[in-house]
Amino acid sequence: MKIVVLCKFVPNAISERRFVEDDFTTDRVGVDGLLSELDEYAVEEAMKIKESGDAQITILTMGPPAAADAVRKALQMGADAGVHVVDDTLRGSDALATSLVLAKALEKIGEYDMVMCGMASTDGEMGVVPAMIAERLGVPHVGYLGDLTVADGQVTGRRDGDAAIEYVASPLPAVVGVTDQINDPRYPSFKGIMAAKKRPVQTWSLADLGVSAEEVGLSAAWTVVDAVAKRPPRSHGEVVTDDGDGGKRLVEFLSSQKFV
Amino acid sequence: MSPILVLVDHHDGVVRKSTTELLTIARRLGDPAAVVIGHGLEKAMGTLAAYGAAVVYDVDAPDIDDYLIVPRAEAMVAVAEKVQPSVILLTSNAKSKEIAAHIAVKLGSGIITDAVDVQPGPDGPITTQSVFAGNYSVQARVTTGTPVITVKPNATTPEESPSSPSIELVEVTFSDLARAVRVTDHAPRERTGRPDLNEAAIIVSGGRGTGGDFGPVEQLADAMGAAVGASRAAVDSGWYPHAFQIGQTGHVVSPQLYVAAGISGAIQHRAGMQTSKTIVAINKDEEAPILQLADFSVVGDLFTVLPQAAEEIKRRQG
Repeated sequence: MKIVVLCKFVPNAISERRFVEDDFTTDRVGVDGLLSELDEYAVEEAMKIKESGDAQITILTMGPPAAADAVRKALQMGADAGVHVVDDTLRGSDALATSLVLAKALEKIGEYDMVMCGMASTDGEMGVVPAMIAERLGVPHVGYLGDLTVADGQVTGRRDGDAAIEYVASPLPAVVGVTDQINDPRYPSFKGIMAAKKRPVQTWSLADLGVSAEEVGLSAAWTVVDAVAKRPPRSHGEVVTDDGDGGKRLVEFLSSQKFV
Repeated sequence: MSPILVLVDHHDGVVRKSTTELLTIARRLGDPAAVVIGHGLEKAMGTLAAYGAAVVYDVDAPDIDDYLIVPRAEAMVAVAEKVQPSVILLTSNAKSKEIAAHIAVKLGSGIITDAVDVQPGPDGPITTQSVFAGNYSVQARVTTGTPVITVKPNATTPEESPSSPSIELVEVTFSDLARAVRVTDHAPRERTGRPDLNEAAIIVSGGRGTGGDFGPVEQLADAMGAAVGASRAAVDSGWYPHAFQIGQTGHVVSPQLYVAAGISGAIQHRAGMQTSKTIVAINKDEEAPILQLADFSVVGDLFTVLPQAAEEIKRRQG
């Protein structure tokens, strides 16, 4: 079984995330970055498949040079190889261009049974790129799986939908998305960290993928950001200490705001 | 005026509130045209007419519930090619966002997700999004193709505007790929009798401070007609089902009132609720970060404060 896991290098939510001032793109250079937490669940699920049978796991990412850190983390968790698409012209790409580049990279990787991904990135949080990749590649896509089983050339699982839980089945190859309910991602072991150093990571440019610079980056984005404003910090409101009437005082406040 | 296409989110014709919000937004932008896929057109018509749909497109697909995303995207594209809408609006939920992603690629159109506001502009609709855990507000527009915009529930207050929509039947031939992913079974979410989290005006949430006992949280919620939410800490401890998790990896909500009980306010949680209109916190720890965003806080034990508040509300309501 050949599995490609899509990983994204994102600004760390713990430090301050911000936009580049002159073009409103997400600042991915001047900030701490790391493997998007939600992608760890996809890496872990791929590892579980590998450990219960046989699988070759390739990590695919697109991002600035520092995104190599995200690939390394996934290799430390146990993945076998990495592909890092890096090109200056990619900066500011929208979801559509991102899906184009990743779809081309998947075609270049060639054989795969599953393309696995998390439920969304923790920065843009759109959650649309996997579906776009599936649309471009013409393969089935099933996302939001809270558990999954691979057998007999198909993936089955429980999709944790908005209004209902759905049990779904898809033939392989497929793009498969998992939620943060599916497993508990492992921490890289010392052995894993050492082994990762020997695993191959290829670096591909746009030219390697046959994608032209006009198709990607901020200037090719089909959306434009006109303005970005930092939300004024919420004001620290009234604080009362419960002296036996805390509940009543709470209702006083709710009543003054017409909630009661 | 070219139509504003709205994908109706419904279950057997019961139209979800978020769709009435989309129709309200669509009326700002042009003539709302609703697309109903699957069973229940007759039942849906009442709501669609009440909220001003000018036309209703009925996609006849008797077995649609056996399939997931792609048939719905193909149906939307078929309607879009027929009527050439100026905008396509969908609800920002898991299913509709995936449908929107397919539509955007198929039509070669730009896409904006999770809008919290959409207003008409000289160069097409201007969206507002709340990003980076609600710390930034972003105004954006689609510049290429037919704007595909997904809108978060509660982005606007639905306003009725009665209409007499015509009904047009649309025949769609689905691709083989559309039938690749099958829904083999489904189970409705457990009914709690409380409002849906994404649509609720008031949410009362519990966290680590409940110690696993959500009784007082539910008691206050029921006194106020509110939905119940839970922090990731509470969900990870197995105290409350994941379906009720508020936070970056759960529901991102912005109700009129959010009551956080025994929740410290980790960034993960704040990302899911800090755009709420009014925030109230009950916490034993006066240093808890949640107090810094709360409009009103009670430093105290939720096991005494919440029941007292619930009793007081009942007393006032007689």
